[in-house]
Amino acid sequence: MSHPANSKVILEAEGIVKILGNAPTQVKVLKNIDLQLHTGELTLLMGPSGSGKTTLLSILGCILTPNEGRLSVAGHATANMNAEGLANLRRKHVGFIFQGYNLVPTLTAVENVMLALDLRDQSGPDAYDNAAEALEAVGLGHRINASPSKMSGGEKQRVAIARALAGSPSVILADEPTAALDAENGLAVMDLLSRVAQDTNRAVLAVTHDHRTLKFADRIIRIDDGRIAGSERPKLPGAEPLQVEAH
Amino acid sequence: MDLAVNSSAQGAALPASRPTKTRPANRPRAPRRIPMVAKLAYRNLFHDRLSFIVTIVGIVFSVVLVAIQSGIYLGSEKKIAAILDQAPADYWIVPLGTKSFDDPSPLSGRERHMALSVPGVAHVEDMVVSFARWRKPAGGTNTVLLIGSEAVSDRPLPWNIADGSRGALNAPTTVAIDKSYFPDLGITAVKDQAEINGVNVEIAAVTRKIRSFTTLPFVFTNIEEARRLTGIGQNQATYERVLLSDGADRDAVRNEILRRLPDTEVLTQTEFVKRSQAYWLFQTGAGAALIAGAVLGLIVGIVIVAQTLYSSTKDHINEFATLRALGAGAGYIVKVILMQAVLSGLIGYALGILLAMGVIAAAEDTKLTVVMTPQLAGALFAITIGMCVFAAISAIIKVVRIDPAVVFSR
Ligand SMILES: Nc1ncnc2c1ncn2[C@@H]1O[C@H](COP(=O)(O)OP(=O)(O)OP(=O)(O)O)[C@@H](O)[C@H]1O
Ligand SMILES: [Mg+2]
Repeated sequence: MSHPANSKVILEAEGIVKILGNAPTQVKVLKNIDLQLHTGELTLLMGPSGSGKTTLLSILGCILTPNEGRLSVAGHATANMNAEGLANLRRKHVGFIFQGYNLVPTLTAVENVMLALDLRDQSGPDAYDNAAEALEAVGLGHRINASPSKMSGGEKQRVAIARALAGSPSVILADEPTAALDAENGLAVMDLLSRVAQDTNRAVLAVTHDHRTLKFADRIIRIDDGRIAGSERPKLPGAEPLQVEAH
Repeated sequence: MDLAVNSSAQGAALPASRPTKTRPANRPRAPRRIPMVAKLAYRNLFHDRLSFIVTIVGIVFSVVLVAIQSGIYLGSEKKIAAILDQAPADYWIVPLGTKSFDDPSPLSGRERHMALSVPGVAHVEDMVVSFARWRKPAGGTNTVLLIGSEAVSDRPLPWNIADGSRGALNAPTTVAIDKSYFPDLGITAVKDQAEINGVNVEIAAVTRKIRSFTTLPFVFTNIEEARRLTGIGQNQATYERVLLSDGADRDAVRNEILRRLPDTEVLTQTEFVKRSQAYWLFQTGAGAALIAGAVLGLIVGIVIVAQTLYSSTKDHINEFATLRALGAGAGYIVKVILMQAVLSGLIGYALGILLAMGVIAAAEDTKLTVVMTPQLAGALFAITIGMCVFAAISAIIKVVRIDPAVVFSR
């Protein structure tokens, strides 16, 4: 097998079709997508603008529901789940990282992480220490009481990563986590995500346009016009050297 | 532990499924624990100061308005009942069709003896209530409500005597008035003279804080003097105050009095009080106006709170969408909104009730009687919180309809 030892499939999508918009301007954004995420891996999702990356990520994260196809996250099939059931699944098993960080601006860094713990019913007496540790782990131990408005983009994204990791969800989904960051911060964030993915209980999927991030990937999935256009594992021995196309 | 190897200079291990429990000395101590829902709520509230101030002003306005209107309503009830409250009876015999204590017409004159002969009746007291013409010493006239009561009574009228005594009213042509009516009645001190229905009277006693609900001042006098001044017969009265002996069968007594005195009504204390209050507060529309004022205050409060809460929710809609994307149930975000509403209500109520108490204290020595009781304060509290929760409905509808997918489209 081509997967790392004791890796397992934590997310499985099959035949996903998604139609967006209202008639007569309906668009079939995703056309029969099959995809599996394995624990212990950082998977990058690449593709041209408008190819459906964000839509796919939203479906995998149970934020959008597909028109056709089956999805199961951490062993739970999402078919027939209502909005509350899907929210439950997200809360228990999925951590999100957004291009725009989406921190709660009225809460400090540590409170943003504690919020995620609170949502995951881990708001016990240790919540503050756990959140502070999570921030220390992303190199923000000195800024735990800073407000997002006083943080740089790189710092904010690291808070967002700490928040996504809080409570240890098994799937981390990131939509262009480095798009708003300069080169240095972008690399730091990708480095962090690749280390996050080394946890053998966890899979990370990141949408990216940024070719500088490719070296962190255990696996690269290419999507074009709503279809999977290719999949590769560049780190495996004997893998083809990466084809870096002009974008 | 499945800790990732940390190769960078960032110095700490990534959190794994089971975080380690060593806390470095340089980390700040955990602050006091406030539930996250409450924290989100008050940060949202205080984030936009201006809208918060508008909310609080709206609630305070509403609380004060409702408190004052209800306080005046209760004060009116109390004023209307004041004389009756001072002379509690088991039954009142009143002329048939009496609408209120101060809607007087004379009884026939045989009621007292008839009532006294009914088994179970222990004591019957005459009371004369009548409109009368008051001529001020310096000229000019007024209509007053003359109240004549028996000198020998377990509860003699008037009460709260500040100057002179009830005994002084036993002398002929003496009356008692309230100090607050001095200017209206052209009186400056005890022993001043005036005229009632053309007869000279002297002020023999002065009371404090006995004001009528209507514009007619109360003038107290002896029962005999009252009959003389109003020209009714020796045995006639307006009302009979009936006290029963212990263990008397109340219904049997009432039926027997009614059988013997067909042109009268026999009312319990409560019935007479309620009838008087209902007459003044509802037949005249005064009470309806007060209630309408209170309702208006409530509506204004609800509209302001609903509006500010809704716009605050709109301002923070992206955060609520993020919460939803992170897996918050609808209940969680509804709790945040409700907490905002309740917090606003608590703060607005506290300020509003303080302000209302100030207004009530300031009205203490005016002609306006505003009453605040613990029950009213408690009811206002419930109404305020209820109003804020009700006002949160539109914001809640907005927030539960959020599509979490918007988090990616920014
Ligand atoms: N609500 C919508 N209604 C109709 N079409 C939509 C809607 N949202 C997205 N689309 C279309 O779906 C397609 C895929 O959008 P998506 O956001 O998934 O692309 P993407 O790969 O993430 O692009 P980018 O790299 O620019 O972020 C696009 O053509 C877009 O115009
Ligand atoms: Mg996108």
